[in-house]
Formats: sequence, structure tokens, C-alpha cells
Amino acid sequence: MSNNNHPVSPHLQIYRLPLTALLSITHRITGVLLSLGSLLLVGLLVAAAEGAEAYQGLIVHFQAWYGQVFLLGLLFSLYLHFCNGIRHLFWDVGYGFELETVDLTARLAIAVAVVLTVATWWVGGAVSV
Amino acid sequence: MKDLRTPLSHVKGLGSAREGTSHFWHQRLTALLLIPLVLWVGFSIAALPADHATLVDWVQNPLVTVALVLLVMAVFYHAQLGLQVVIEDYVSSHARRTLALLTSNLLCLLFGIIGVISVLKISFGS
Repeated sequence: MSNNNHPVSPHLQIYRLPLTALLSITHRITGVLLSLGSLLLVGLLVAAAEGAEAYQGLIVHFQAWYGQVFLLGLLFSLYLHFCNGIRHLFWDVGYGFELETVDLTARLAIAVAVVLTVATWWVGGAVSV
Repeated sequence: MKDLRTPLSHVKGLGSAREGTSHFWHQRLTALLLIPLVLWVGFSIAALPADHATLVDWVQNPLVTVALVLLVMAVFYHAQLGLQVVIEDYVSSHARRTLALLTSNLLCLLFGIIGVISVLKISFGS
């Protein structure tokens, strides 16, 4: 250990992750969260198939403040994973690897995710409340 | 050439995971399929009034039924493939990894089936 002059990997606790690295780990985290969130979709379908009573029993929770907070978070996770996923698809076919482009598309993905979340929320609020 | 792979292994092109590129490819195919489906279902459900009758009416539209079945299947296949990568990356013990993979795969299959059957049950009006 005396000759420690070799390159080391970034020390994750003090190294400030670049935006792309941050989005990369967020992609995984949102992916796992959305896997759990998809159970909610199944829950909604099961309740709707069961009948009006079971469906209303579930909707009441969606409309409560904690349900709304949860739904908003889930929706943003969905759109962030969605936008960053499209970024991955472009990389898969060989586009967008230049550093400036990578940084730009990272910001773009977050911005579009926010816009889609607000738009969906607005559509929901305009009709159902 | 120093190559330990047999000619047969070269021709099959399946690599050390014995699956070739099918995992990678299916993850991308389901991602592409989910782009229109997610946008459609996100905005459609947001636009629906919250009562049961309206939802049932909507699901019973044949196009919606087909799209919802496709969505549920694509979502759970995509989730299964993604969770597999996460488990393979972070669970290092062979026994625990195998158990985690089996559990995750089984749950994705199970909830996918429940989702599809629920859509069909609503659609066929029970």
C-alpha cells in the first residue's frame, strides 16, 4: 500500500456526481419504484373488475391528500423514467454521446418530465375534481 | 487466434449468459412499445371522471381493451427484465440471487396475468 499512485474510482461520498450519473442511478431507482407502482394499476383494474363498491373504496384513497401526494410522485417518476429511457434509446442507436449533448439531453429529460407531469395533473384536475 | 470458444459456440452467438442479446433487445422493444402506450394511458385515465361506470364504459371499447392488455403485458415484461438486471448487479450471493430472480420473475408473471384477466373481466362485462 506504500505506492498508492494508481488511479482510483470516484469516492462516492465526496465526489459530486455529474448530472448524467445522477440520472443513471435515478433511472434504476425509478424503475424499481415503478415496478411497485404498477401493482397500483393492477389494483385499480382488479377493483374495477370487482364492482363499483370496491372501485370507490380504492378511489377514496387516491383522492385523499396522501393518495394525491403519492400519485404525483409516482407520475413524476414515471415521466422521468420515460424521458430518460428515450435518451437511452438514442444512445443505443449511437446518437448523443458528445459531452455537451449528454448534458443538454439530461436537462431536457428532466424539463420534459416536469412538463408532462404538470400537463397530466392539469388534465386530471380539469376534469375529475 | 487465442480463442477458447468452440466453432459451434461462435455460430450460435449466445455468449456466456447463453441468451445472446435477447434480454437487451426485448428490453428495448418493450420500451418502444411503452412510449405511445404510457402517454395514452396516462392522459386518458387522468381525463376520465372518477366514477366506476365511466371507467367500465371506457375499458369496454374494444380498442381500449386491446391496448390495456398490451400495456399490462409490456409493463410487466419490461419490469421483469429491468428488475433482473438490478438483482444481478446488486445481489452477489449465488443462492440469494437465484431466489430473488425466481421471486421477481414469478411476481411479474403473476401480476401480469391478474392485470390481463381483470381487463378482460371488465371488458366482457360481468
